[in-house]
Amino acid sequence: MSEPTRAEICAVAIAETFRGDGEIFVSPMGVLPMIGARLARLTFEPDLLLTDGVASLLGNTPPVGGATGPEPIIEGWMPFRSVFDTLWSGRRHVMMGASQIDRYGNQNISCVGDPKQPKVQLLGVRGAPGNTICHPTSYWVGNHGPRCFVEKVDVVSGIGYDRAAQLGPEASRFHEIRRVISNLGVFDFETPDHSMRLRSVHPGVKIETIAERTAFKLNIASDVEETRLPTDDELKLIREVIDPNGTRDREVKE
Amino acid sequence: MPIRLGLKKDGLVNKRITEREAIAELRDGMTVGIGGWGSRRKPMSLVREILRQPVRDLTIVSYGGPDVGLLCAAGKVRKVVYGFVSLDSIPLEPHFRRARESASIEAGELDEGMLQWGLYAAANRLPFLPTRAGLGSDVRVFNPELKTVRSPYADGEEFIAMPAIELDVALIHMNRADERGNGQCLGPDPYFDDLYCMAAKRRFMSCEKIVPTEELLREASVHTMRINRMMVDGVIEAPGGAHFTECPPDYGRDETFQKEYVTAAQDPELWSEFKKKYLDLESEAEYQKAIRGQV
Repeated sequence: MSEPTRAEICAVAIAETFRGDGEIFVSPMGVLPMIGARLARLTFEPDLLLTDGVASLLGNTPPVGGATGPEPIIEGWMPFRSVFDTLWSGRRHVMMGASQIDRYGNQNISCVGDPKQPKVQLLGVRGAPGNTICHPTSYWVGNHGPRCFVEKVDVVSGIGYDRAAQLGPEASRFHEIRRVISNLGVFDFETPDHSMRLRSVHPGVKIETIAERTAFKLNIASDVEETRLPTDDELKLIREVIDPNGTRDREVKE
Repeated sequence: MPIRLGLKKDGLVNKRITEREAIAELRDGMTVGIGGWGSRRKPMSLVREILRQPVRDLTIVSYGGPDVGLLCAAGKVRKVVYGFVSLDSIPLEPHFRRARESASIEAGELDEGMLQWGLYAAANRLPFLPTRAGLGSDVRVFNPELKTVRSPYADGEEFIAMPAIELDVALIHMNRADERGNGQCLGPDPYFDDLYCMAAKRRFMSCEKIVPTEELLREASVHTMRINRMMVDGVIEAPGGAHFTECPPDYGRDETFQKEYVTAAQDPELWSEFKKKYLDLESEAEYQKAIRGQV
């Protein structure tokens, strides 16, 4: 088995984000999150529910990126209305993207600049406000830089820990930003004030690089760990079963 | 003025009308809900008809795709109420983007679930429905009129009181329908099309094909028939009417055309050519010919 690539290390870090989730619906948005969620299901979280990206729940785990593999087995129906029902019920963990994210985990996918007349219009808040107040949310950022990891987001789409705290313990009791995975490292909010912390650094990445490419002051312990490497079994699953076409390496460069 | 509907020989109402008759009911300043999702099963032949008619200052309510983009590009829109506007395989809608960046439209941006809740409240004749979605987020910056409501029970929890989104007109597209207004969605996701109809005063449904009622169940189970005739005032037969958005199983998204649309939208000269070729046409039939290169 050749050395793992950065994308493969990210896929494993993403899979780890879903560890312990059990029999809930996971919504991984983007190529790497889809690979990571499939990896979690094929290894330590076999009960996760996943869709085909449209409205069918997959009973098996076919590959991503249009690769040839086993025919999908459909185990259920999950149109958008059921997705909303599920997210309000809390039995869901979503991994979204973030055009901007700040130290408390506020996320922006709406627009850059003044919301009245933005410099750049993006997608809109989508489901981020409801997701973040109803169930665990994680983020994936494929290109870690200071324009994404910002001091303050221009629009709060997904709410972070400071906004949740303002709402009080009752309204925020289902709020959890579990992890942020980037191409450089793994981050969480397990600090006294729930400000972002470097949880682990991907092998080959310097901590200084992460600090330089983050526009706010991260919590960084002096003895921060390295993100774990994929096992041989995990590498084999990623390379041969989940993503034989190698779409992962297009999303994350070395 | 409401359209006049014909009677069939058996005395049953025949709601079959044309795009032109449906859209002629729109008035300046109306709120129009458009079904589908992103670049999926949009009633595009009805949207194209809006472009042909003088109506303007519309408030568009939509899980937005090229419907919103085309209407913005044509200067028909005062406000958009949306959770997102996207072309799916191409994430950002170029015309919507320009309209926002030039502040030429008002943005009623909502969480996707809040939008559903607003339609559902209107459908149920309720002034609002409570939800956690939106609490703590900047949807309240986009919608300063949003208020909260406290649970009257022991928990006392505070929620967003999502106001009803009452529609003047709903436009949806189905795979099949009959002349009486029963609609059938054969694709994987019905989206929220039934809620648009139930939230609206006037409801127009285009479809790929009008078939006799007794044939509706030949292709699929009864679960595909979420739209019944109480929910529909006019039926428009529009084969290819969702183009260039997808309308499975009848057809997928025309990705080549969508790319052409996005490329043209980047450049005023290219857009004026695109408009001349595909939009400044007499009718939907001419559009269908144009996209097949039969002009």
